[in-house]
Amino acid sequence: MSLKIISSGLLTTIQDLGRHGYQKEGIIVSGAMDSFALRAANVLVGNKETEAGIEVTLMGPKIKFEQQQLIAITGADLSPKIDGEPVKVWRPLFVEAGSILEFGSPRSGCRAYIAVAGGFDIPQVMGSSSTYLQAGLGGLHGKPLQAGDTLPCRTLPDTLEPFLRSIIQAQNKNSGAQTNWSVDSSLYFTYAEPQPIRVLKGPEYGLFSAQSQQDFWRMAYQVTSQSDRMGYRLRGTRLSLAEQTNILSSAVTFGTVQVPAEGYPIVLLADHQTTGGYPRIAQVITADFSKLAQLAPRNKLQFKEVTLEEAQSLYIRQEKSIEKIKGALQFKTSI
Amino acid sequence: MINLEKEQSKIPAVQLYPLGDAAVVVEFGNEISEQTHKQVRAFSAYLQQHPFLGLIEFVPAYTTVTVYYNPWVISERGNLNPYTKVTGFLQRMLPFVADEAENAAPRVVEIPVAYGGEHGPDLEFVAKINELSPEEVIALHTQQEYLVYMIGFAPGFPYLGGMNKRIAAPRKETPRLQIPAGSVGIAGEQTGIYPIQTPGGWQLIGCTPVPLFTPQGTSPSLLQAGDLVRFTAITEEAYKERKEQRHES
Repeated sequence: MSLKIISSGLLTTIQDLGRHGYQKEGIIVSGAMDSFALRAANVLVGNKETEAGIEVTLMGPKIKFEQQQLIAITGADLSPKIDGEPVKVWRPLFVEAGSILEFGSPRSGCRAYIAVAGGFDIPQVMGSSSTYLQAGLGGLHGKPLQAGDTLPCRTLPDTLEPFLRSIIQAQNKNSGAQTNWSVDSSLYFTYAEPQPIRVLKGPEYGLFSAQSQQDFWRMAYQVTSQSDRMGYRLRGTRLSLAEQTNILSSAVTFGTVQVPAEGYPIVLLADHQTTGGYPRIAQVITADFSKLAQLAPRNKLQFKEVTLEEAQSLYIRQEKSIEKIKGALQFKTSI
Repeated sequence: MINLEKEQSKIPAVQLYPLGDAAVVVEFGNEISEQTHKQVRAFSAYLQQHPFLGLIEFVPAYTTVTVYYNPWVISERGNLNPYTKVTGFLQRMLPFVADEAENAAPRVVEIPVAYGGEHGPDLEFVAKINELSPEEVIALHTQQEYLVYMIGFAPGFPYLGGMNKRIAAPRKETPRLQIPAGSVGIAGEQTGIYPIQTPGGWQLIGCTPVPLFTPQGTSPSLLQAGDLVRFTAITEEAYKERKEQRHES
């Protein structure tokens, strides 16, 4: 079982939920930028949430399915088509052997995820299949997917056969057949400009000048084109410390908002370094990581403060929504 | 209601505070010192041996240990307050750390280095600005034991303390685009080793044939926070030999 990459797209990588446990050795987490979307894609095809999927960035790849597959596409709507026919996101899709999946113009968001039932058959490095681009490891040969690559897949689990047949019969067609139900999009989020991003104050918030503290909440910031999986460089009002302070290097994580001396904030993302020495003004809450991951260069965001209690209850709500999708799929596949 | 300000723990000078909704920082002091480092190390060792359900991983740094946790698991699927629960666990661990900080003996790791020549193109420069001969720079660099305060910046990259200030050198004005893996350099009053090929602005004085980062190994980073590093000078031939042995194995 395999997929063939016909064209690569802008940046198409294999990602799972990241390489955990090695940050104390300087090894970055990597993993999906929008992990909620990847988890949902996996759940929709009957996989474990932790399976690796394909992360697609803005301009999608062209992929040929060598055998029939059950797949799901989640996250951004980058106008996916199967054999030229538009298909919908956030639901299971059946693709026949020889079918071609391609993407059109981005309609909403920046990153889409493709999961295949059974998962990709890719060796793990340090417990994860995520592509770690800077060190050239994980994923497929440590690199983004390229034209000509063959991506091996595990076989479709037998338990999904009846589910697959029910999709095909209901649609009375083969390739591109999709369920008439999908994940309730209110579980995800809505797009806005500027996108409100909820944060907690960071450990060094108190070191910023009173003016900068005000500006941080009041002003919108724009994602610049110098943004990648490591972090978004933002443009907007410059921020400064009340007085020069030497900051000792300490851990940074996904969603840490740090401010280098030049004054423009950087939001760290999936490929963030493990430690940093810039003052951390804020920390994005986990429930808003999807919103953050779906911003593209030139999009605007505005930071909003929440309490730790609110942040953690939103975290728990998001976990419950994944459980809800799992429950719904179990019900649908058992018919 | 949880107080977001730094909270004082039962051990004097130790503070706990959140880094977002899924990490707690345990801070043992506010400046680099061997005493603070010992506490960081003892706490990390304790956590490694006594992980709790919902612990994802932890990252030791100069004065802090940042503990990443899964709020969903810690809270027993949303039934308890995750932050209260996790700080409770950590508070109860602190008294053990105070005892252990005195006892633990550090591991000494020897790093053979071919100094100068093509491996250390900036050795002459470092010697010149310090009014020393290249041999004196090597002698001063190999004389010291260096404490690994933390690993960060790149896989297996050690933040080393203890370099003799007589061999300090400013960073290069224009960073090199590619520094070979194993390069040993000086930047300001710090010395370090590049585990992987990266761009960088350090003055390069030598190179080690020993791999600092082995992705397939059980412990990918050769060095761990708390280790002591001792550099030894080796010849060009010994360097080549070690490199070849590595390729064969």
